[in-house]
Amino acid sequence: MDIFLQQLINGLTIGSIYALIALGYTMVYGIMQLINFAHGEVVMIGAMVTITFINLLVGMGVHLPGPLLLLAGLMMAIPVSMLVGYAIERVAYRPLRRAPRLAPLITAIGLSIVLQQLASLIWGRSFRPFPAILETNVHDFFGASITSLQIASMLITIALLAGLFFLVERTKLGRAMRATSQNPDVAGLMGVNINTIISTTFMIGSALGAVAGVMVAANYDQAHPYMGALIGLKAFTAAVLGGIGNLAGAVVGGFLLGFIESMGSGYLGTWTDGAFGSNYKDIFAFIVLIAVLVFRPSGLLGERVADRA
Amino acid sequence: MAFDFLKTRQQRLFAILTFALLLAVLPWVLSGGFENGKSWLRAVDFALLYIMLALGLNIVVGYAGLLDLGYIAFYAVGAYLYSFLNSPHLAAVLPAWMMYPPLLVMLLLAAVVAGMFGVLLGSPTLKLRGDYLAIVTLGFGEIVRIFMNNLDRPINITNGPQGINGIAKVHLFGLDFGKPIQWLGLTFEVVHAYYYLILAFCALIIFVTLRLQHSRIGRAWVAIREDEIAASAMGINTRNIKLLAFAMGASFGGVSGALFASFQGFVSPESFVLMESVMVLCMVVLGGMGHIPGVILGAIIVSITPEILRDIINPVQNALFGKRVLDPENLRMLIFGLAMIIIMLLRPEGLWPSKRRKAEFHEHDKEAAA
Repeated sequence: MDIFLQQLINGLTIGSIYALIALGYTMVYGIMQLINFAHGEVVMIGAMVTITFINLLVGMGVHLPGPLLLLAGLMMAIPVSMLVGYAIERVAYRPLRRAPRLAPLITAIGLSIVLQQLASLIWGRSFRPFPAILETNVHDFFGASITSLQIASMLITIALLAGLFFLVERTKLGRAMRATSQNPDVAGLMGVNINTIISTTFMIGSALGAVAGVMVAANYDQAHPYMGALIGLKAFTAAVLGGIGNLAGAVVGGFLLGFIESMGSGYLGTWTDGAFGSNYKDIFAFIVLIAVLVFRPSGLLGERVADRA
Repeated sequence: MAFDFLKTRQQRLFAILTFALLLAVLPWVLSGGFENGKSWLRAVDFALLYIMLALGLNIVVGYAGLLDLGYIAFYAVGAYLYSFLNSPHLAAVLPAWMMYPPLLVMLLLAAVVAGMFGVLLGSPTLKLRGDYLAIVTLGFGEIVRIFMNNLDRPINITNGPQGINGIAKVHLFGLDFGKPIQWLGLTFEVVHAYYYLILAFCALIIFVTLRLQHSRIGRAWVAIREDEIAASAMGINTRNIKLLAFAMGASFGGVSGALFASFQGFVSPESFVLMESVMVLCMVVLGGMGHIPGVILGAIIVSITPEILRDIINPVQNALFGKRVLDPENLRMLIFGLAMIIIMLLRPEGLWPSKRRKAEFHEHDKEAAA
């Protein structure tokens, strides 16, 4: 039973990270009907910038409590990631808005390689350990253990989700975003500046991605320049699982995928008598992705859109 | 690009013969005339393998318009199949009659098995297009790689991350390609012998794709790429034709992979990462999707560039800074990433496009001007 509870806690932690990244995919998809292929790189850059900045602060002899240092790193990472998100939109998507669909996809793949290689040139190819600034407070939770960091990650995710829903549903900017996603041309006629709205969408998604990147780095104690592809792919799976283009769907999909993945990798060894173990962890996301696209392409909460892609 | 001077049959024949002669003497020019000519010849051998791969992917991406980001998985299937049957690794498990099959049987088998994997990937993804398909195929490529990496237990099939060693070289017409062959007073070393072998299969694949291009099937692929609904209204069985594109493309990859395994003598999951799929895609995009000469050009550029970078960039860096500042591996991928962006923004039809493709990408230009 405590294995179940432990895996549930782990699943919710990684699930909250997937949810944050999935929101970035789903927002962009909702507004442009295109997948932002370079979104994983934004997450990676968020993580790397935070680590570098915290190391810099510690190196300069700044003595602050761990959480404050982490916050400082995050405050550095968010603008950088937003800038990268803006650049992705300007370089890969805006010039090709009326081009065949394959074209922006290929520029985005190209840009994602460029960002990866630049990161690898700046930070080196190897893993960067997350600076040991946080004390590991392990709490006992009905026989399973949960760290303060895990609790904080989930709470931050929930707070950000609430903020995002408020932004999209209750503000003028959100109304413009929803209008653009329904019909960009008409929204333009109504006085919405489409370019600004699309850029803003990319930047908000990137800010969430940066937070997620920091969470990945802090929870798993490391980051590296090639981490973006896999985590991006999984978060995309989460977005598809929930129904791409649907904000609530991205959240549901993120938590559900985190749950499936950690349960799967936790129990696969027991089910198969040790023949297959947790080294197959990464396969669950892909199987979920293929299964969803085959049996319910619209996802759990979405409209039917897969054919349009 | 038109070859107006190739009007008559004789002129064309002459041009082809000249070209064939050039290709025939190339390895001797390289190995005889240059200091590290053998490593260059090795690079040429790999370039030929990449041409085969790129032509296979071109069927899926260029003709049928289905973006496949997991293509390297089929290359892996061919390579691993060759390694299973041609190395001591599984010799104790498999029955003796299965081991060390003749080359042509082996390649046919690689083509068929890879083709089956192609259908396996194609069937659940038939309804998907564009970015969705790209992501699913990417996932498929990763699944294959994860299995290669982990299937060393419970039963050791792939030998995990260590890969498979001691893969036998090809035996053909009673000749062992693993040892230098004496013929006509020339010594054919492994790189030379493989050059001609791979060149022959490359020529075969070019011939097949050329014949396919304007065949019923080839035209059906293009029709699906242009407008799937219209294509099916014209009586094309879009499901079967798409599956055929996946199977065909995959089987080219399988053959190429089998030759790769025998040439390299060693396979491991390292050789089949996502970046390799992206590289092959880059060849197709750079050269000109759907245009055979363009794709060949793209494959040559992308596969030879790293060799040139290695030979030029490192000495230049040493001379300028006294040490290696930029890793050529990073630099190479950086250049390809940038090339993909720039090509798509400025010349989306590729460096050497077909006339039709060029027209498609510029049909809006006139409207915009008018």
